[in-house]
Amino acid sequence: MILDYIGVKEINGSLIVLDGVQGASFEEIVDIRLDDGSMRQGRIVQMEGERIVVQVFEGARGISLDNTRTRLRGRPMELPLSPEILGRVFSGAGKPIDGLGPIFPEQRRNVNGTPINPVSRVYPRNYINTGISTIDTLMTLIRGQKLPIFSGSGMSHNELAVQIARQAKITDEGGENNFCIVFAAMGVSNDVAEYFRRSFDESGVLQKVVMFLNLSNDPIIERILTPKCALTAAEYLAFERDMHVLVIMTDMTSYAEALREFSSSKGEIPGRKGFPGYLYSDLASLYERAGMVRGKKGSVTQIPILTMPNDDVTHPVPDLTGYITEGQIVLDRGLDSSGVYPPVSVLPSLSRLMKDGIGKGSTREDHSALQNQLFAAYAKVMDARSLASVIGEEELSPVDKQYMEFGKLFESQFVSQGPNENRSIEESLNLGWKLLATLPRAELDRVDDEILDKYYAPYAEKAPQQAGEAG
Amino acid sequence: MQNQDVIYGINGPVVTVRNSHSFSMTEMVYVGNERLVGEIIGITDALTTIQVYEETTGLRPGEPVTGTGSPMNVTLGPGILDNIFDGIERPLKAIAEESGSSFISRGSNVPALDKERLWDVTVTVKAGDTLRGGDIYAECPETAIIRHKCMVPPGLSGTVEKAAPDGQYRVDDEVVVLRDEKGGLHPLTLCQTWPIRIPRPVKGRRQPVIPLITGQRVIDTLFPIAKGGAAAIPGGFGTGKTMTQHQLAKWCDADIIIYVGCGERGNEMSQVLDEFSELMDPKSGRPMTDRTVLIANTSNMPVAAREASIYTGITLAEYYRDMGYHVAMMADSTSRWAEALREISGRLEEMPAEEGFPAYLPSRLAEFYERAGFADTLNGKEGSISIIGAVSPQGSDFSEPVTQNTKRFTRCFWALDKSLAYARHYPAINWTASYSEYFTNLSAWYEKNVGPDFANYRKQINNLLQEENQLMEIVKLIGSDVLPDDQKLVIETARVIRVGFLQQNAFHPEDTFVPLEKQMLMMKVILHLYHKAKQLVAAAVPISGILATGLFDKLVKMKYDIPNNKPEMFDEYIREIDTALSGVVHA
Repeated sequence: MILDYIGVKEINGSLIVLDGVQGASFEEIVDIRLDDGSMRQGRIVQMEGERIVVQVFEGARGISLDNTRTRLRGRPMELPLSPEILGRVFSGAGKPIDGLGPIFPEQRRNVNGTPINPVSRVYPRNYINTGISTIDTLMTLIRGQKLPIFSGSGMSHNELAVQIARQAKITDEGGENNFCIVFAAMGVSNDVAEYFRRSFDESGVLQKVVMFLNLSNDPIIERILTPKCALTAAEYLAFERDMHVLVIMTDMTSYAEALREFSSSKGEIPGRKGFPGYLYSDLASLYERAGMVRGKKGSVTQIPILTMPNDDVTHPVPDLTGYITEGQIVLDRGLDSSGVYPPVSVLPSLSRLMKDGIGKGSTREDHSALQNQLFAAYAKVMDARSLASVIGEEELSPVDKQYMEFGKLFESQFVSQGPNENRSIEESLNLGWKLLATLPRAELDRVDDEILDKYYAPYAEKAPQQAGEAG
Repeated sequence: MQNQDVIYGINGPVVTVRNSHSFSMTEMVYVGNERLVGEIIGITDALTTIQVYEETTGLRPGEPVTGTGSPMNVTLGPGILDNIFDGIERPLKAIAEESGSSFISRGSNVPALDKERLWDVTVTVKAGDTLRGGDIYAECPETAIIRHKCMVPPGLSGTVEKAAPDGQYRVDDEVVVLRDEKGGLHPLTLCQTWPIRIPRPVKGRRQPVIPLITGQRVIDTLFPIAKGGAAAIPGGFGTGKTMTQHQLAKWCDADIIIYVGCGERGNEMSQVLDEFSELMDPKSGRPMTDRTVLIANTSNMPVAAREASIYTGITLAEYYRDMGYHVAMMADSTSRWAEALREISGRLEEMPAEEGFPAYLPSRLAEFYERAGFADTLNGKEGSISIIGAVSPQGSDFSEPVTQNTKRFTRCFWALDKSLAYARHYPAINWTASYSEYFTNLSAWYEKNVGPDFANYRKQINNLLQEENQLMEIVKLIGSDVLPDDQKLVIETARVIRVGFLQQNAFHPEDTFVPLEKQMLMMKVILHLYHKAKQLVAAAVPISGILATGLFDKLVKMKYDIPNNKPEMFDEYIREIDTALSGVVHA
C-alpha cells in the first residue's frame, strides 16, 4: 500500500516538517507533488517518532501548508548508473539535463557511498604525468590521490584544471582507453561551466566526461548532493568498469557555504565562521572517496578546486581540506598578477604521496633530491628577497644575489609555461638542474655528491656566472 | 533477560528512546534490526540518548534497541598484535575477508579476536596457588617477539581450583578455574574484557627517569620524552605531524606500538600497513607489525567510533603495560577526536564553550593523557605507556582550545613550524617554541648511559641556537655582512647545527635512525670546531679564511658520511679540524 501524506506542518528554508508519518526510515527519499502538478524530491534528515523533517532538493518555494502530497520512496537516495553516463550532463541531483533522455540503469548505487575498508586500500604509488613542470617535479600527482587546488577568485585555477585534465597521462599499462573524467560544478557561474564543457570538447575528450552541473543560481540542496552524485558515478566507473577516473570538483567553497546555509536553517549550533561543527567529517566523506582498492583495476583521483575567501589559507574550508587531502597546489596572487601561468606558489604546495611514486623506475633517480633542493633553494630566495626589500638588492652578499637571480629564472622558466605546453618529466627535471647550476655547488646541501656529479656538474660547466663564486 | 526498547528519534549518529527505564549510562546497546553498536550517553526521565557507532541511514522509529547490560568494552587477549581494528575494536581484516567487499558494511558481528586460532599456551600456575588481580596464569607467544601473558582480571582473587595442562588452546577455552573467598567459581580463558573508559588499575606510579629513545636527533637531544611521558605534536597541515608519528612508531625503543589513526586519511593507514610489514625491527629482525597494533578510524568512518578509538587504543596499551611491557601510543590526531566530541555535543544541543567545543573538553583531554605513566603493575612488574598525540590546530593557530588544553597536560611539546616545512627542513620541530620538561628527570640517565658531557653539549648547542635566533633579528634588518666575525661564527655554527644536526632525512638509510652515541659525538665535533674557530677569531684571524677550509660544509654532511656503526671516525674529524685550522693560522 502506498500512502500519500497531504500537507505539511512547518516550512523553514528548504526544510519541511511532516507529522503522523509511519514507516519512514532515516535518510529515505520522498517525492513531493504540488497541486500545480510539479514534482520535487526530498530527503528525510531528522525524525522524532512520527514527525519527520524533510530537506527539499529544489527548495520550498511555492509550498504551502496544504498544497502538497508527499510519498515515501522506501529507499535512500540512489543514482542510476550504466556505462552510457559517459558524455552525458546531469543536474546536481543526478537528473539528465542534456535532453538525451533518462539513463537505463545497469545498477543503482547509494549516493552516500560506504567507507573503503582501510585494509582493502592499495597504497597509491603510480604517478600521473600532467606535463606541468611544477606539478610533475615538485608536487607529483599520484593515481588515487586527492590533490586540491587552493585558489582565489580571478586566478587561473580553471585553466590549470583543464590543462591537467587534457594532458594527464597514465604512464603504464597504456591506460589511454580507460581514462575518463567526472566533472562536478558546484555553484559556479554558467560561463565557467561552459568554459569547461568547451575545453573538453575542443580537446576531444567530451565523450570521456561525465558532467554534474549545479550552477550558482541552482538550489543549494542540490549543491550538497552534487559531489556525492559525482563521486558515486566515479566509484562506479572505477570499481565496476575498471577505469582510471579523474574527478574535478569546483568550487568546494560554494559547497561548504551551501552546507552552512542548510545547517543554519536546521537550527544547528555553528562552529568556526558559522560553518557546522561537522564540516570536517562532511568534507572527509567526500575526499576519502578517492583511492584504489585491492582486486580492482580502476582508481579515483580527485582534484577539488576551492577559492579561498580573501586568499586566506586559514579560512575553515581550505584549512580543513588541507588536513584531509594528500597535499595541495596553492596558487599565488602575486605570481598571477605578474603574468606567471600557472601561478603555483611553490613553497606551501605539497604532494604527500609523491615520495613513493617517484625516483628510479617511475620517474628518475635524481627526482627526490632535485625537488628537495629546489624547495630549499627557493625558500632561500624568499629570505633574500625579504632582506633585499629592507636593505636594497645592491647590499646583498654575492650568494644572496645569486639566489635572487635564481629566483627570477625559476619563476620565469620553470614555474611559467604555456597553457598548451606539455613538458615531459625528463624536460622538467633537466630544466630544474639547469637552473640549479646557476648556484654554487656548496649551496646544494640536500643532494649527495654522486647525483651532483651526474646531473649538476654538466650544467654547471656551461653556466658562466658560476666561476669563482664557490668559496 | 535483556533490556529492550524501541527507537523514537534519529538525528545523524544520535538516536533517542522515549520513556525508557531500561538502560544505564555508558551501557553498550544494539540499535535497530541490523544491530548497530551504540552507547548510552544521556538519560532523562523522558528521553534516553544513544550515540551510534555506525551509519544510521535507513533506521526507522520503532525498530528495537537492545541493551547488553555492560559498558562499552574491548576484548583483551592474544591476537591483538599484528592486527588492525576500527574504533570499537572490530577487526578490519577479518571483516574484509568475511564480507568479501572492499567497503565497510554495517552491523558486522565479527569477533575482535580470532576465535579459531590455536595458541601454544604454557600454564604457569597449578591447583592450590593463590592468585590476585593482575597475576599471570598463562603465557603464549603472540608473535615471534612478544610473549602474551594472561592475567587475572583486576578485582578478582582466589585459589586455583583447576589448571589445564600446557597445550594448544583457543582464546575462549578455559585454562584455569579460580575459587574466590566466597566459594564462587570463575573460569578464566585466554581473554578478558575491560570497559574502555575506565583506566586499568596499577599498584603505583613512578617518576619517569628513562628516555624513550627515538633515534631522531632533535627529539632525543633537545626535547626528549620519557618512557611513561606524554608529548604533543601540534602543527598545521603539511608540517609533517604524521611523518613524525610514523618515524617514532618505526624507531622508538618501546616494546609495543599502538598506532591510532583517528579521523585521518585512509591512504595513510594503508601506507602504515605496507611499510610496517616490510620494515624489519633492528633488534629482532622481525617485521615491525609483530609489535604493532593499528586502530584505524579514518575521517570518513562514523564519527562516534572516532570518539571511542582513542579510549580503545589506550585500553589496549594498558593491557600490555600490565604484562610488563613498555608501550608507546601514537594518537593521530587528537584534534579529530576533539571535533568528534564537538559534533556529538552539538547534536545533543549542549551549551558550547570555546569555539563550539563542549565545556568538558579539558577534563576529557586530562583523563586521556593521565593514562600515560611509568607504573608498578599489580603483578609486580614495571611497565609504561608513553603517549604521543598529534594536534591539528585550525589555521595553524596554536591558541585554539585543543592545543592550549593539550599543552597543560603534556610535559613535552614539539611545535611544528610551517616555515621550516616550506623549506623542507624535516622534522620541522621549531627549537624555540618547543620544550621538554623531562630532561631534568632524564639527565642522570643520559650521563650514565651516553656520556658525562651529554647535558653540557646539549646546553651549548641550545645556547648557540638561541644566540643565532637573536642575531637573525639583526640580520633580517641589515644583512649578515656587517656583523663582527665572532657573531658570524655563531651564525655559521648554528647553520651546521640546523642543517647538519637538527635536520634529519627519514628516507636515508643511515640517517633515519641515529643512535645516541652518534648524536653525542656529532655535537662534540660541531662544538670542537666552534671552540677552535672561536679561538682563532679572537686572535684576529679573519673568518673568511676559516670558512674557506670547507670544514663547516663537511660537518653538515657528516650525518651521511659517517655510518652509524663507525663512531671512531669522529676522532678523524677532530684531527682534521685541528690540522686544517692550524693551517689557517700559518697561512
